[in-house]
Amino acid sequence: MGSHSAGLEETLGVLPSLLFCKMLRFFKRPLVVTADINLNLVALTGLGLLTRLWQLCYPRAVVFDEVYYGQYISFYMKRMFFLDDSGPPFGHMLLALGGYLGGFDGNFLWNRIGAEYSSNVPVWSLRLLPALAGALSVPMSYQIVLELHFSHCTAMGAALLMLIENSLITQSRLMLLESLLIFFNLLAVLSYLKFFNSQKHSPFSPHWWLWLMLTGVSCSCAIGIKYMGIFTYLLVLSIAAVHAWNLIGDQTLSNICVFGHVIARAVALLVIPAFLYLLFFYVHLMLLYRSGPHDQIMSSAFQASLEGGLARITQGQPLEVAFGSQVTLRNVFGKPLPCWLHSHKNTYPMIYENGRGSSHQQQVTCYPFKDINNWWIIKDPGRHQLVVNNPPRPVRHGDIIQLVHGMTTRLLNTHDVAAPLSPHSQEVSCYIDYNISMPAQNLWKLDIVNRESSQDTWKTILSEVRFVHVNTSAVLKLSGAHLPDWGFRQLEVVGEKSRGPHESMAWNVEEHRYGTSQEQKERELELHSPTQVDISKNLSFMARFSEVQWKMLTLKNEDSEHKYSSTPLEWVTLDTNIAYWLHPRTSAQIHLLGNIVIWVSASLATVAYTLLFFWYLLRRRRSICDLPEDAWSHWVLAGALGTGGWALNYLPFFLMERTLFLYHYLPALTFQILLLPIVLQHVSDHLCRSQLQRNVFSALVVAWYSSACHVSNMLRPLTYGDTSLSPGELQALRWKDSWDILIRKY
Amino acid sequence: MLYASGRFLAARAATTLHAPPRARGPALRGKRRELQIPGHLETPSYDSLTGLRTRSSAPPARRVVLRKGRMPPAIGSSHAGSELRLRRGRCAPQASRAGGRDKVPQVAARSLKRPAWSSWRFETAGWWATLAVVTLLSFATRFHRLDQPAHICWDETHFGKMGSYYINRTFFFDVHPPLGKMLIGLAGYLTGYDGTFLFQKPGDSYEHHNYMGMRGFCAFLGSWLIPFAYLTVLDLSKSFPAALLTAALLTFDTGCLTLSQYILLDPILMFFIMAAMLSMVKYNSCANRPFSAPWWFWLSLTGINLAGALGVKFVGLFIILQVGLNTISDLWYLFGDLSLSLVTVGKHLTARILCLIVLPLVLYMTIFAVHVMILNKSGPGDGFFSSAFQARLSGNSLHNASVPEHLAYGSVITVKNLRMAIGYLHSHRHLYPEGIGALQQQVTTYLHKDYNNLWIIKKHNSNTDPLDPSFPVEFVRHGDIIRLEHKETTRNLHSHYHEAPLTRKHLQVTGYGINGTGDSNDFWRIEVVNRKFGNRIKVLRSRIRFIHLVTGCVLGSSGKILPKWGWEQLEVTCTPYLKETANSIWNIEEHINPKLPNISLDVLQPSFSEILLESHMVMIWGNNGLKPKDNEFTSKPWHWPINYQGLHFSGANDTDFRVYLLGNPVVWWLNLVSIALYLLSGSTIAIALQRGVQLPAELEGLTRVLLRGGGQLLLGWMLHYFPFFLMGRILYFHHYFPAMLFSTMLTGVLWDTLLRLCAWGLASSPLGSRIHVMGILSLLLATAYSFYLFHPLAYGMIGPLAQEPESPMAGLRWLESWDF
Repeated sequence: MGSHSAGLEETLGVLPSLLFCKMLRFFKRPLVVTADINLNLVALTGLGLLTRLWQLCYPRAVVFDEVYYGQYISFYMKRMFFLDDSGPPFGHMLLALGGYLGGFDGNFLWNRIGAEYSSNVPVWSLRLLPALAGALSVPMSYQIVLELHFSHCTAMGAALLMLIENSLITQSRLMLLESLLIFFNLLAVLSYLKFFNSQKHSPFSPHWWLWLMLTGVSCSCAIGIKYMGIFTYLLVLSIAAVHAWNLIGDQTLSNICVFGHVIARAVALLVIPAFLYLLFFYVHLMLLYRSGPHDQIMSSAFQASLEGGLARITQGQPLEVAFGSQVTLRNVFGKPLPCWLHSHKNTYPMIYENGRGSSHQQQVTCYPFKDINNWWIIKDPGRHQLVVNNPPRPVRHGDIIQLVHGMTTRLLNTHDVAAPLSPHSQEVSCYIDYNISMPAQNLWKLDIVNRESSQDTWKTILSEVRFVHVNTSAVLKLSGAHLPDWGFRQLEVVGEKSRGPHESMAWNVEEHRYGTSQEQKERELELHSPTQVDISKNLSFMARFSEVQWKMLTLKNEDSEHKYSSTPLEWVTLDTNIAYWLHPRTSAQIHLLGNIVIWVSASLATVAYTLLFFWYLLRRRRSICDLPEDAWSHWVLAGALGTGGWALNYLPFFLMERTLFLYHYLPALTFQILLLPIVLQHVSDHLCRSQLQRNVFSALVVAWYSSACHVSNMLRPLTYGDTSLSPGELQALRWKDSWDILIRKY
Repeated sequence: MLYASGRFLAARAATTLHAPPRARGPALRGKRRELQIPGHLETPSYDSLTGLRTRSSAPPARRVVLRKGRMPPAIGSSHAGSELRLRRGRCAPQASRAGGRDKVPQVAARSLKRPAWSSWRFETAGWWATLAVVTLLSFATRFHRLDQPAHICWDETHFGKMGSYYINRTFFFDVHPPLGKMLIGLAGYLTGYDGTFLFQKPGDSYEHHNYMGMRGFCAFLGSWLIPFAYLTVLDLSKSFPAALLTAALLTFDTGCLTLSQYILLDPILMFFIMAAMLSMVKYNSCANRPFSAPWWFWLSLTGINLAGALGVKFVGLFIILQVGLNTISDLWYLFGDLSLSLVTVGKHLTARILCLIVLPLVLYMTIFAVHVMILNKSGPGDGFFSSAFQARLSGNSLHNASVPEHLAYGSVITVKNLRMAIGYLHSHRHLYPEGIGALQQQVTTYLHKDYNNLWIIKKHNSNTDPLDPSFPVEFVRHGDIIRLEHKETTRNLHSHYHEAPLTRKHLQVTGYGINGTGDSNDFWRIEVVNRKFGNRIKVLRSRIRFIHLVTGCVLGSSGKILPKWGWEQLEVTCTPYLKETANSIWNIEEHINPKLPNISLDVLQPSFSEILLESHMVMIWGNNGLKPKDNEFTSKPWHWPINYQGLHFSGANDTDFRVYLLGNPVVWWLNLVSIALYLLSGSTIAIALQRGVQLPAELEGLTRVLLRGGGQLLLGWMLHYFPFFLMGRILYFHHYFPAMLFSTMLTGVLWDTLLRLCAWGLASSPLGSRIHVMGILSLLLATAYSFYLFHPLAYGMIGPLAQEPESPMAGLRWLESWDF
């Protein structure tokens, strides 16, 4: 490449005359551009693009999980807030980027698999990014094997296996995240290897920095797409840690130098990923500023920070709750349902089904819908008035208050009566004076949980408060149980002696206004009228981030069964498949189905590697070195990446309790595929003793690869879904009984 | 006492250990000698694990030094090649005495014959005396006020009850392996408890029942924790103050004390864990004399204790893991020692397999064998187990029963789900509530035997009574279309296109029709799994599926508990996914058909391995079933090390006798600080060594103790703590206590070593020489004083709660979350 570095000299402060001389000299030489083009790489990229991009728009219908991701893309297009517990937002945003570039307006109803796309959906550009990622994985695996110091032939082998693996093709041709994940996984590994290989000759060179930074960036991108990315991140981190530890032990380096190395790695592999992860969420929350379908799950403060929705209602409420304020109280925990403290004229039944008695006072429940009966008035026990003074007298932490139910003007009360469904807790009621022996116990002490000082005032939306009963020190709590018919299946509210702070004991004021009406009739009218005045609330990014993150991690998906769900044990032997799509009329169909030859031989290679590794290791321990030192270290590094990557991406699934699918195995599979040709080369180089054996082995490998190609070709109709096979042909493809291939009966 | 002990230590260092003479070394009789020769110090030669690190000190001579270390003259009998262990120089204390006798003349006798002899005797005497004091104090604290309170505390209600079950020989189900409860039962039996007390709920008074035997047994085992910890630390650190500090921290910890005083599994579990740890450490230090009697003794004792730990609770797996890791690294170094022949290495391997795998396994199975032999009467746990299992229990309807062998039309049957603890197909005269599917009769599964579990098997198309003697017997065959009629309510088992109450993707199963007349949705095809069509169906042994004819779905139970309206029985659904899971496979258990000859069920007797397997499946299922509810406060693992919140063992109100399980905050927070300090100092030293920093000989001994001994303890803490973060089941504070033991031992080792390092660093100033003694003394005093403050937590408090100013515990509620 020609150098235009003359300009740089200037900055060094060299005399202009000298510069002139240099320029002259520069022009004396011809401008030469030399480029190394590895035709292997070009060819592989070309083939990758061909297999992944061919007929990308087909089928022009919703395929399998596109039905979910498509929804999220639409939300991005419409800027509506949503919460997806399956992973961080970077992957969704990448998909949405495709939609944005294709000019998608978000107007499509993603309601069922197989629905035809309307003309406004830019299918090609939506599917483009995953397909590109899938295509680029092919040349990248070539380079990874090269960087591991194995031969070009081996590297080609790895890339060709990636190229023809049917499951990878299927997965990257659709609006799904796995191919993006695999792309960044491989990129992380590749850039770490490049970085590691440049460590010896040129530490701290721009080249070195580039690959180091890229490692961190691609790790965080992988995590940003799916939490599964963490496994590859851990792999890279632990390999880097071992290398760094060896570096520390290198006594030819000065302390300063070692310190620099360690710091550089820490910044690139720890700080940058953390920062980028936050950045993804920042962009995500910036993009989604409108209220959307999942608002209810979020806290009032979060909802108020979104445009529309709750913000429209709470806009302009007074901030500080004062004596006489009219409020609705939302439970902070919100499980099993988000709900508001509620009461109504009905009383607890005298005798429950199981024979226990109640106080027969007015029910207090938690109600999951907005309702006029959710309004409560904060009253000073010392005074009778239910209006706000001028100036308002704010309620502070530790104040004793009474809560008056707006519509029935009864006081919130609890007493030593067993609650209807949680007998170990106290019943909470609105007190009715029946002239019986049970006196009113309606004083509550306000305890602001997230206070900064003990003098804090009670703030709308922002404060999370607990109501501690003065007589019994029980705390008002949502028990999580649904009342029976007599309680209209609303949620039970109880008083529980505190066993520890729990979010189900915390409440926050959602809607709020200063009450002004003296008379009950007037007040009822006032309660029906909308709120007024104006203060806007802005939540900091970190608060919003931590809430979204926390909700993502704790949200439980009840659905634990799916027709195509599978267990990790079925993946290794490819005992399962997923039907992605079926043509509405013909029997053309798309399946996630791997190339069985590759799957089986990759697993065998992993086993072979492990056995060989332990064999060598034991022999080395007895000082018998079968491999030269160099070959041994390459062999170990390759195995650490291949087997380690496979194990880290696969074994944790045994501990997971969520619904699992075959596609969860694909990242692990790529690592196995990388290892497969490496093991083959090792066998040929070190275990075949004569040239003859080597030739025979090569012939076998060629035969094996052609069979893989053949299988890949046979499964092609199920991968692309472009040809409609006859029932007989489909039946013939059902090599395993457990494969679920759809055969039309007509 | 401490001062004396310090001297004993110094004497030992001067005589039995061949400590290198220090540059500044004053006369050994000098007054300050105990501080100038830290007890840790040993020759730098016997290290091989850290061999890499010592490389820098004398690279060319290393090989030679190692050789010397491998076969020191002091212990001539030592086996070659165990260089790994030799750096400890000494084996168990007993061994040290044996070895010491030889060493004395060699190393020190020339100049110090008499003092050495007397100090050696002094040492032994002091050694035994302190151990005795530690043990006595431990027993005294554990047995003090053991009878208080004289009512059931906390989980005594479970484990006392289970002890009674053993005495009464009634079968029950529990999520833990049986050893702990068997021992409790045995202790009760031996001390004259007759098993008649009901153990109904916490707070019930024991009255005249003899509960002290069982409590005393637990306290007895709990008391041994402290001597064990003392010996372990002594062996790991070779430092007397470290061991003493550990013992004091544990003795004065209110949490450990409380947990040891009641009829619980934890003291038994911790006893075995600590005993296993101690014997592992002992056998490690015997490594220089492999295959000697003490070596075998400690090795097999490790195995026995592992079996004990696992036999009490599955938490025992963690100590097994620790011993396993230790053994692997041990073998790895033996294997790498080229002076050992492969045959020798093979012997080592075999010995470990025998003692650490085979022996525990045999013992563990013996425990189970005893368990199933003792419990031979039918009891409350029957329904959790399979039909074959129940046939063993006398009093169970399947015991010595005889039933017709093949299923025939007209038989009255019960249908049991094949998955453990799902129960029998059940129906009753209650309808599904409105809004949940169709308003028809509920069908559930029920764990207990009940007449509502009875069904009659009928042909789908005729309602004639097949039991009419004029008809010939007709057997049900694989693939037949049948109808199941509920005997009590005469409704048919029915399914239709309505979603199931809890599992929304499945179909609802109901009881439908009157007197057996329903519709085509009542037809089921009965299939035997993995059998040919046309075969007869065997009672108990055929695994069958019911396939709904109209919708093609399979009858199954989701295992989910229905709400109140369903009496908290389990949901039955018809699943459209035709996967073969145990949830949708059933067997016929009871079978009544007067027209058929009965055969004896003795053929069913399960083999011992089947019993073992089934018990474990049920236990694992039970453990997984202990899931916390959303809206409840539950203890989280991160609460534990910070002593965030305790457990009420007895009483909660101000009038009650209250016992509150809470760690002594001084001890626990010291532990917490120590772990952080350890990580800091450990990694600093490790990095320094990796950078090739040359440490003075004195420091090398200290760092070795810190990295090796401390490392083992840290590993123990991590193994007993971190797995809880992965567990989905409900967790309690007391789960942390095994980890806490390790953490306390680490504290002892760490502070002793750090103070010695300080003393070394400040050696020139007058302060330097005293800092170690002062430091240890002040830690001991602080712990003792904190115990004085907090002891009512363990021994019981009466009076107002701590937040009231007039309470005896006023001012001690340092965290708001404490509740006493």
